[in-house]
Amino acid sequence: MNETELLTWLRGPGLQISVAIFVVGLTFRIIQNLTVGMAKNQAEPKGTYFGPGVATIFRRFKFYPRATNRGYFTIISGYIFHIGLFVTLFFLEQHIQLFKSIIGFSWPALPPVIINFTALVSIAALIAVLIYRIMDPVRQQLTTYQDYLVWVLTIGPLITGYFTMHPLGVSYTMLLSIHIISAELLLIAIPFTSLSHMVSLFIARWYNGAMAGYKGVKS
Amino acid sequence: MPRDDSLVDILQRQGVSRRGFLKFCTAMASLMALPPGMAPAIAEALSKAKRPSVIWLSFQECTGCTESLTRSHSPTVENLILDAISLDYHHTLQAAAGTAAEAAREHAMKEFFGKYLLIVDGSIPVKDNGVYSTIAGMTNLQMLEDAIDGAAAIVAMGTCAAFGGLPHANPNPTGAVSVLDIVKGRKPVINVPGCPPIPVVITGVLSHYLTFGTIPDLDHNHRPLAFFGDSIHDRCYRRPFYDKGLFAKTFDDEGARNGWCLYELGCKGPTTYNACATTKWNNGASFPIQTGHPCLGCSEPDFWDAGSFYTPLSAPSMDVSKVAATAVAAGAAAGVAFGLYDQQKRKKARQQHKAVTAKDLED
Repeated sequence: MNETELLTWLRGPGLQISVAIFVVGLTFRIIQNLTVGMAKNQAEPKGTYFGPGVATIFRRFKFYPRATNRGYFTIISGYIFHIGLFVTLFFLEQHIQLFKSIIGFSWPALPPVIINFTALVSIAALIAVLIYRIMDPVRQQLTTYQDYLVWVLTIGPLITGYFTMHPLGVSYTMLLSIHIISAELLLIAIPFTSLSHMVSLFIARWYNGAMAGYKGVKS
Repeated sequence: MPRDDSLVDILQRQGVSRRGFLKFCTAMASLMALPPGMAPAIAEALSKAKRPSVIWLSFQECTGCTESLTRSHSPTVENLILDAISLDYHHTLQAAAGTAAEAAREHAMKEFFGKYLLIVDGSIPVKDNGVYSTIAGMTNLQMLEDAIDGAAAIVAMGTCAAFGGLPHANPNPTGAVSVLDIVKGRKPVINVPGCPPIPVVITGVLSHYLTFGTIPDLDHNHRPLAFFGDSIHDRCYRRPFYDKGLFAKTFDDEGARNGWCLYELGCKGPTTYNACATTKWNNGASFPIQTGHPCLGCSEPDFWDAGSFYTPLSAPSMDVSKVAATAVAAGAAAGVAFGLYDQQKRKKARQQHKAVTAKDLED
């Protein structure tokens, strides 16, 4: 298999397989989480489920320093990484072309120089949280192999993507192929690892808010 | 034309001045990324070079490669260099036909054994013993096999000879393969891909061979690095628009009229290694991207099977939407089935639940 054949396979059957696993797995996770439902509450309702649940999804984006013991470092580096990843993933022209070909519509892209910056910031934030995790004895005790695996799977597309934008004498075809492989591996891993928090986070927040809403309190 | 004439004699007879010849040598040194001091060395070597015997075999091809090399709008030094080689066999260009033509090939192969330059254009069909393309009753495969042993070096001209090209595309009914697939390291092979290849590239390869007596540095696809070392994208004059994120969305929108990057229209420049963006075509007049059309990637292996020419490189080469839609349905069905099963299980557990009293525990 030569470079062109590899790239064509990754853009064709490879992408179909990884997208199929990603979508089946994630849809299953969402429906599964929703069908589990809540225990029947015998108490008289003081409010509603749905509205407060939705409100909590958004309310929890806000950072209350006194309401957490996680510390500023984790919160700030976490936000930097996620915002950087979001911008890099959804506002690079090449990525928009990919989404357009699958979902049928597109949106304006940001200049590559901004994407370079957001990608580098995300990479830096990921490295910082890894160092913090390794150096902190409590976090070290809580860490499993899967945590390192998802770290590698997440930083992989960012680093390979950055080098694809800056080939430095290496074949662009090969770099693009490596980038697509890393992204497809990430897609496949998401439903089976803690990375599924990309959807379960919002469902968990909704449940929290809904349960509190039923009792007539703010979550 | 006497065979003992040196190249410079022939060129002078055709009206090329020494100044013109030196300009050509300097251009060649520059094109091949040699130090400027090499220009006199090229001139020296070329002026002494005797007319090399060249056997040109055309197999499964469209003659586009020969057209590209021979049809320039005005005679150039490159053309004259081509004229100056002793093209002992080329069944499109030679005057002889039939038995006489084949005799010329056999004669050249015998007389210049070990010295002739073998140029091949077109792929070689190998399925069913190569019966899908024959010349004078001989299969292309046999003709190439006969010519390999006596060749000093082999040049695979055009994408069909270099990588199989269009005949090699799915489903490849004739079992077409490249020259390298047949030669397999028996002789040095220089791939000069392109559909068609750029004339100045073959002149450069010939000049290098005549000057140094060796083949130029090659990349992993056996292409001369001097011409195939940079991607079209890296040398494209529209690259600043790519870097700024300015793209033409259609072939006649404002972006297209302003000459913005053609990435969204399917340009394969980033994955294509060739000299189009630097040497250009038709005596440096233009090249495909300059005319407003995206690069097809014709100098890369299997370019024909790499999805649509008009699909951006980052977009899927096959339909993913239907797969994703089916996956949503399958995932939802599995999720609902799991949820119902889970609810049944919990209901059953509740039914089987027995209250334990303090008396039970005491017993």
